[in-house]
Amino acid sequence: MVDWLIYLAASLAGVAFLLALARFIKGPKATDRVVAFDVLTIISITGIVLVALAEGRAIYLDVALVYALLSFLGVIVIARYLERGF
Amino acid sequence: MGAILDIIGGLLMVAGTAFLLLGGLGLIRMPDVYNRIQAGTKATTLGTLLTLAGVACLRPEWLLKLLLIGFFMLFTNPLSSQVLARAAHRIGEDKAPATRIDRLAEDLGDKS
Amino acid sequence: MSTIMLPMALLLAAAMIGAALVAIRGDSVPIAMLAAGLVSLLASVLFLLLAAPDVAMTEAAIGSGLTTFLFFFVLGRVRGDSKHD
Repeated sequence: MVDWLIYLAASLAGVAFLLALARFIKGPKATDRVVAFDVLTIISITGIVLVALAEGRAIYLDVALVYALLSFLGVIVIARYLERGF
Repeated sequence: MGAILDIIGGLLMVAGTAFLLLGGLGLIRMPDVYNRIQAGTKATTLGTLLTLAGVACLRPEWLLKLLLIGFFMLFTNPLSSQVLARAAHRIGEDKAPATRIDRLAEDLGDKS
Repeated sequence: MSTIMLPMALLLAAAMIGAALVAIRGDSVPIAMLAAGLVSLLASVLFLLLAAPDVAMTEAAIGSGLTTFLFFFVLGRVRGDSKHD
């Protein structure tokens, strides 16, 4: 039962990943692509947590922590760059 | 008791990833950049937090790391979306035709 | 547990190809940089699926974080200088 719920959750996250990737590829402006990048990072964090649950290894959660810090810094730097001149 | 907690955790995880799916759908369907920022960031923040809560129900010994990840997400995600929306407004991204109220432009017009 | 790994790895590989195509065929430099950062980020998740969390952490910090940061910093510097001239 619980395994089945984990598979369902992983497939839902995979569909969300595909939708955000479609916006990244299509996105007419640079800002759309930055938003899609942010959403892809967040979905990847969820995927990493699901992989850690499926494998049963707590060390994988540290990678998710690094992701949560880095996506924030990256988006802020890109937004600063877009503000100054583009 | 343990089986009930497992099923609650699995259902929380499915609910969280359903919110992720709704966020991705909003990213595709929304008409302009501001709506996409709003749909993409709010829905995915809630979805990730629900998924972390579900994993914490399934594995109570990982609670500290999961709380740390949720804490960082809760703090950094609204901040980055706000900075991004301000940048989009400053470089003058197109608004959807249905937009009628722009409080930030009114405030800037009052200041200068 | 391998039933969750294989579709995830295939999805990540396909997404990396898509992001790399955006990086090659994109019309502006910042978009190409962003797509290169996305390729690096997905490669990091793929390393994690191959049971190498330390490599994944290094790739996420250096390849996706520091390289993108440095590219945008330098591009901002160059643009500012050329605007002065």
